[in-house]
Amino acid sequence: MSLYSKEEARQILEKVVKFSKADGCEVILTGAAIGNIRYARNSVSTAGENNDATLIVQSYFGKKSGTATINEFDDASLEKVVRMSEELATLAPENPEFMEPLPQQTYGESTTYAEATSKITPDFRANAAANSIKLARNKGVTAAGFLVDETSVAAMMNSKGLFAYNQSTNVTYTATMRTDDGTGSGWVTRDFNDVTKLDIGEASLVAIDKALHSRNAKAIEPGKYTVILEPAASAELLRNMLFNMNARPADEGRSFLSKKGGGTKLGEKIYDERINFYTDPTHSEVPAAPWTPDGQARKKMDIIRNGVVKNIFYDRYWASKKHVESVPFPGNAIMDGGSASLDDMIRDTKKGILVTRFWYIRTVDPQTLLYTGLTRDGTFYIENGKIKHPIKNFRFNESPVIMLNNLETLGKQVRVSAGGGGVNFFLPYMKIRDFTFTSLSDAI
Amino acid sequence: MKRRKFIELTGLGIGGMLIPVIGNSIPITLAAEERLDASQKKKLADVALNAAKSMGATYADVRIGRYLNQFLTTRENKVQNIVNTESFGVGIRVIVNGTWGFASTNIVTEDAIKSTSQQAAAIAKANSKFQTEPVRLAPAKAHGEVIWKTPIEINPFSVPVSEKVDLLLRANAAALEKGANFISSNLFQVNEQKYFASTDGSYIDQDIHRIWPTFTVTTTDRNSGTFKTRQALSAPMGMGYEYMIPKAKDKVQGPEGITLYRNSYDLIEDSIAAAQQTKAMIGAKSVEPGKYDIILEPNHLGLTIHESVGHPLELDRVLGYEANYAGTSFATMDKWKAGNFNYGSKIVNIFADKTQPRSLGAAGYDDEGVKCRQWDLIKEGVLVNYQAIRDQAHILNQNESHGCCYAQSWSDVQFQRMPNVSLTPGKDKYTIDQMIRDVEKGIYIAGRGSYSIDQQRYNFQFGGTLFYEIKNGAIAGMLNDVAYQSNTQEFWNSCVKICDETDYRLFGSFFDGKGQPSQVSAVSHGSSTTRFNGINVINTARTI
Repeated sequence: MSLYSKEEARQILEKVVKFSKADGCEVILTGAAIGNIRYARNSVSTAGENNDATLIVQSYFGKKSGTATINEFDDASLEKVVRMSEELATLAPENPEFMEPLPQQTYGESTTYAEATSKITPDFRANAAANSIKLARNKGVTAAGFLVDETSVAAMMNSKGLFAYNQSTNVTYTATMRTDDGTGSGWVTRDFNDVTKLDIGEASLVAIDKALHSRNAKAIEPGKYTVILEPAASAELLRNMLFNMNARPADEGRSFLSKKGGGTKLGEKIYDERINFYTDPTHSEVPAAPWTPDGQARKKMDIIRNGVVKNIFYDRYWASKKHVESVPFPGNAIMDGGSASLDDMIRDTKKGILVTRFWYIRTVDPQTLLYTGLTRDGTFYIENGKIKHPIKNFRFNESPVIMLNNLETLGKQVRVSAGGGGVNFFLPYMKIRDFTFTSLSDAI
Repeated sequence: MKRRKFIELTGLGIGGMLIPVIGNSIPITLAAEERLDASQKKKLADVALNAAKSMGATYADVRIGRYLNQFLTTRENKVQNIVNTESFGVGIRVIVNGTWGFASTNIVTEDAIKSTSQQAAAIAKANSKFQTEPVRLAPAKAHGEVIWKTPIEINPFSVPVSEKVDLLLRANAAALEKGANFISSNLFQVNEQKYFASTDGSYIDQDIHRIWPTFTVTTTDRNSGTFKTRQALSAPMGMGYEYMIPKAKDKVQGPEGITLYRNSYDLIEDSIAAAQQTKAMIGAKSVEPGKYDIILEPNHLGLTIHESVGHPLELDRVLGYEANYAGTSFATMDKWKAGNFNYGSKIVNIFADKTQPRSLGAAGYDDEGVKCRQWDLIKEGVLVNYQAIRDQAHILNQNESHGCCYAQSWSDVQFQRMPNVSLTPGKDKYTIDQMIRDVEKGIYIAGRGSYSIDQQRYNFQFGGTLFYEIKNGAIAGMLNDVAYQSNTQEFWNSCVKICDETDYRLFGSFFDGKGQPSQVSAVSHGSSTTRFNGINVINTARTI
């Protein structure tokens, strides 16, 4: 049992809160049923299902707090986890930054649950893998892929009377198709709340097509190039930038948003004026839970508007210290796009590189948000409006801040999961000039 | 339970900062108690195995796991959080119709275990319709009922939280006193209590401990708008709290007064050094890009070994099982079969070892019941073996698993994971000082930094924690903005000198990721300080 209904969750949480002997407590209950299938070498390799639920209890005495978790729900276990959190709280020194839990908040409607996804069976997953493998075999490529679906619930309650509940579903599919001669590789990713939007055959064919067209790639010199970044390529760089838009490090002088001499770049134009980034939990393509893990209500909000930093994220403590409203971290991010299709963007490119995805992105310098990483699974040279030939993969060293200043064209938007962090993105295809590639890789 | 007292300490010169004084020992008794005894676990395991067999399983294993973690998080003079986590459950893996199936549950009752076995068998059956390569398991010895424990001296979970918090806060205070603007410090403690049983006749009870103290010190310069950070030079270890008690014999002196650590760690000393070094970094020279002879100390080199040797020699990557996530490998089977593939120079000997004392990967048995051991991967520069588990050994024409199967939790399926992979020290007596004296134009790099490598493990780029320029056999000052780029085979073939065993120590990766769904594992890498000639160094400074 892991998918507690709203009433079941309320009953468990009420019981836990009643066990509390501390000044107060906040309790989070999460449960998930996760199913997956993984295949490689045109054959299923592993598959499984997991059900688990976790209870997180934070107890506090004054400004001393402790947290404990457990995944058992009999009365004795519930009391035990409360006692352990209280014991830890008693041991902790006072934390002047501790914020008492919030009273009841008003949340918007949630649209994160789709029933079809919650009904996925092992046979559905097996057939999806078989379908993808069959398409691959027919084209002389080797399929590797992963389908994972999750139905989850999250609920929280605290001693101030706050209660929140959300139910959510998600399905993510990725596939890598490699030509049997090992000289070509293509990749695709799809991510939805509702599995009825997922077309395994369509997705597999995209990856197969990239693999076949990326055979026998030619090496070109590293340097600065105009690039067309598919949304899956830019997602992780943009996610990293977003995750670094916290107010506190900016105020403390240790962020890319810190200013020389003190202060932050909030309110300043630091990107091309066509860059608009916002969050909206009710967005139909990338719905997000209507509340944050600390119980704050999520709402629609600009992050970057016309290239200007409009909001940076203040946790409750930092907001109180700076006498501003807290700005919770968003549950999704949407970047405005344009009307150009990928074909339009290629047609309008004299000389450039089409990038399917980046891989192994790591911070090089937090001061400038410089990242390094490599292209992977489909990198193509564009000349005079046409894809001319596949090229060998490159290592890049680039900052998303520089990248969003070197914007040429915005294209259509696509939902992408940016690889962790629990935030889904709706991002446009982008054409960027002077993107810095620093070395060649032999990897295929 | 007594509440701790707080007093204002002025002896450290930290003004009004409140520092907790260690109170009475308050064991988190609930965390230390056993959940089930061995006979109860055996009984439940047999329920799982029998249920699987009755569903047509030709093989089954069951892992009853209890995973305890304690994470302490502080910044400056504040404890941000103290978190105890506990996870308890059962994972069951079966082979039906030559196909794997896996299911897990957090409800540890006979009924739940029986139905979870049936669920695993049903998944195997569903997938067997599309199976083209039936699973072939290498034979595994039946070990009967055995026990293995990490040989720790002090159980970290029995050390009072107040004592651990006090140590972190004293390190923070010391760094701030020396001029750092910020410090965040953490202590991670992990205990895996796992019971494994299989239809082959093994019942293995293991108790595994790991610990990792770490921090990040930041110094800012408002005038120039710059900031510099320095991570701890500690290593995550397969040890108990004894690692946190500094011992003089475990300190290694590097150049420019750097202190490096072996089997115990001096958190306060290192945080003071970090404060001084971040101050020195502001205004240090920006590196001139070009070719350098680089000297890599073990706390840095461990990560390079991990990425450029550990991962490419995972057999599942080589075969394509990781193609959709972590990637494949340049170290293909034809290179291994040829028997003369020069992975590195003649002095490069790299071995895998799941038994290395104090290492993160040390265990008595892996997560499919195979006894852990040591084996060679690269011998005198030549690729000689991979890392393989029971269902892969036949591919190498080998008749036993290497014993490197692992799952991060009872809820995840076990698969091939990197064992500890280490570089054998040089045979001749050779110190760090001698090595620096022998370099004309070079850079000494200590500590881990940025790291990135392609999906077949050819092209990589690494940063570091501390960089010192070497000119004509002597240190010529600190450098900023350094990263080196190379190709795995070229890099290991440019390895020209390795310090002797007196410099040998472990580096570790606490959260190595692989697989879908992604799982973490912890692994150590031992080495002595090593020199590589003619490596391409880039300058990473930018203006935004």
